Amino acid sequence: MICSISKRRKRGANVEREDAETTARTRIDRLRDQIHTLDRRPVRPSGRARIGFRLSSIDSYLSGGLATGALHEMLGQGADTEHGAAASRLLAGLLAGFSRTLPPESRVLWAMRGDDLYPPGLAAVGLPPHRLILAQCGRNVAAVMEEALRHPGLCAVVGEIEGAFGLTASRRLQLAAEASGVPAFLIRRSRRFDDPVLLAPSAAVTRWRIGVLPPRGRFHPAHLDDRPLWRLSLLRSRDSSLSEWTVQACDAEGRLADVPPLPARPAHRVPVPALLADRASPHARLAATG
Amino acid sequence: MTLAQAQAMLPGLRVRRATPDEDDAALSALSDWCRRFTPLSRAEPPDGIWLDLSGCAHLFGGENALLQEMAALLRRRGLSARIAIADTAGGAFAVARHAEGNASATFSVPPGRLADALATLPVLALRLQPEEETLLHRFGLRRIGALDAIPRGPLSRRVGAGVLLRLDQAFGRVAEPICPDQPPPLLQERLHGLEPLQTAESLVSAHALLSRRLCARLESLCLGVRQLELVWVRVDGSSASQFVTLAIPAHDARHIGRLLDERLDHMDPGEGVETLWLLARIAEPAPRPQTTLRSLAPGGADDASLADLAPLIDTLALRLGRHRLWRPVPVESDVPERGVGRRAPLEIPGTEPDGWPRALPRPIRLMDPPQPVRAMAALPDHPPLWFIWRAHRHVVRRADGPERIAGEWWRRGSEWLALRDYFRVEDEHGRRFWLFRRGDGTDRNTGDLGWFLHGLF
Repeated sequence: MICSISKRRKRGANVEREDAETTARTRIDRLRDQIHTLDRRPVRPSGRARIGFRLSSIDSYLSGGLATGALHEMLGQGADTEHGAAASRLLAGLLAGFSRTLPPESRVLWAMRGDDLYPPGLAAVGLPPHRLILAQCGRNVAAVMEEALRHPGLCAVVGEIEGAFGLTASRRLQLAAEASGVPAFLIRRSRRFDDPVLLAPSAAVTRWRIGVLPPRGRFHPAHLDDRPLWRLSLLRSRDSSLSEWTVQACDAEGRLADVPPLPARPAHRVPVPALLADRASPHARLAATG
Repeated sequence: MTLAQAQAMLPGLRVRRATPDEDDAALSALSDWCRRFTPLSRAEPPDGIWLDLSGCAHLFGGENALLQEMAALLRRRGLSARIAIADTAGGAFAVARHAEGNASATFSVPPGRLADALATLPVLALRLQPEEETLLHRFGLRRIGALDAIPRGPLSRRVGAGVLLRLDQAFGRVAEPICPDQPPPLLQERLHGLEPLQTAESLVSAHALLSRRLCARLESLCLGVRQLELVWVRVDGSSASQFVTLAIPAHDARHIGRLLDERLDHMDPGEGVETLWLLARIAEPAPRPQTTLRSLAPGGADDASLADLAPLIDTLALRLGRHRLWRPVPVESDVPERGVGRRAPLEIPGTEPDGWPRALPRPIRLMDPPQPVRAMAALPDHPPLWFIWRAHRHVVRRADGPERIAGEWWRRGSEWLALRDYFRVEDEHGRRFWLFRRGDGTDRNTGDLGWFLHGLF
């Protein structure tokens, strides 16, 4: 009796716990919806095309690619922090693929501080330079980007910012990008190698660091025919967790590729001397077949 | 008489040096000031100003009211002026200079009564040359009325075509348009404030009102404006003007209002702005009805999307300068820094071939000018073993090259023999650089064997 009473109490306790759990879950969902509305994000994903890396390992992680209507940051690593060459090349490759999905009149606005972008390098990764509008802005890169993000007819807006970029300024760009649906990209540069100022908090949806790796293995083509290796690190992401990938750099179409595994060394076969093969011994037979 | 004689006659005579240039400048400033009445004004040195008041008199409440206002304002500026309004320019000249009155007098010749007004004036008032005037005096013709009464056939044989031309211009039989200092605008709008405007908000709303009015007229004429002039006439009589140029003909009031507001920083309202003029200097047929600024989502499939970018290009060009916004085009040149040209951002591509060198490896960052590095390499055509750039040593692990690019002797004579050997090198960290060496390594005339870093991959 005592046992049954206790069992009944336990079952009741189970049911109560389940009810509490369901209400807790619905309450959490409701809270999440409220946060989404306050954050001015749509409760359901907007369904706009995402900018894919065209590499399944990254795209599946990012649920399709980078979001349009959002701000994304790219940094270089080490000595490349100053010029952001690998970051620019990656971005050009991404935009090469994305711009093909849009009508040919839509342009990419690239706002630079100085004048060191070389259009044939962009053509080499598949981004046609006649779809670019280049702006030499001096110190006004963020203002120019914000003005450009008001026009939904653009394919993308890219800006090169040197040094620190505050939370307020990046929030403004993020809001402008959300309002028009145009993706915004920042290439962060700094004269200091691996400047910690570049890692300060920002309102960008994702932040990537692209580092160049030396080629692996001891034997590789001497004439630079192979593609360089890049390490893409997702340092900050609002919608997913952080990760790292090692990929081959963009080819002429702007596609990335997985790094092929190092060729396995063939099994070392020692040729059996012909003398042994003549003898009808089990060793000799094994050597002949093995 | 000479100065000495004059000073002898009047001992306390004050003498000033004549400065005809300053006088002319002051006269053209006064002519600019007169643009508050009409945009078509021209200074005529040494002491005359022509104004074409067609269509402007009603803004001031009639010609007489305009005359009184002009006289009062000039009096306030300390100038004595004889002002005459007449049907023709020649007639107004004659009445202003030769009608009876003192140094400050206003004359208004009613429409159609010009002949009576001119009849009693001397023939000198017709802007004749001195010899023509003496000829007419010899004939006994001293008044314009007498000259006009004579039949033209015999008169032309005796006095010449110049006199008759002046006579016809004065009476309006031959048109004499005034060529203003500024070319006449196609369309203009004027806003006159009851109070002088000084604050930015009031000026912004004035601009909005003017652009709405102007764009309404442009739309009714199916025109778009390419160049606008904004003129502020301040309380103290000075005026300031700014030009705004647009990429494609526009008649969107909001866009034009925003462009005018960008110019606010460059113009000083001073004590206050009394009158604003918005003039359309260059107008062209608008290509299509302009869509609103935010109509197209990415994916709109017609070239209205280019028209949508035009407001952005205009705003950015106004802010940065038109030369800082461009679209890269390939230029037929092997030399890398000359291989990229600039075009206006909104030109439709496809007019030039897509000739980017895709087969050759090209960096994404190009240094301008190429940065000198120290390198060690075996001559004549081996890549460097290491190079030092900015006090940092890079050991070269792999390299590709040389790619020989010769100088363009047709541009500069010094490039007759010059050539560069480009190498694509990879250092121990995997970064790739684009280096070149001046010269081919064997002939000293082709280059001094200096090494430079030109680009980063």
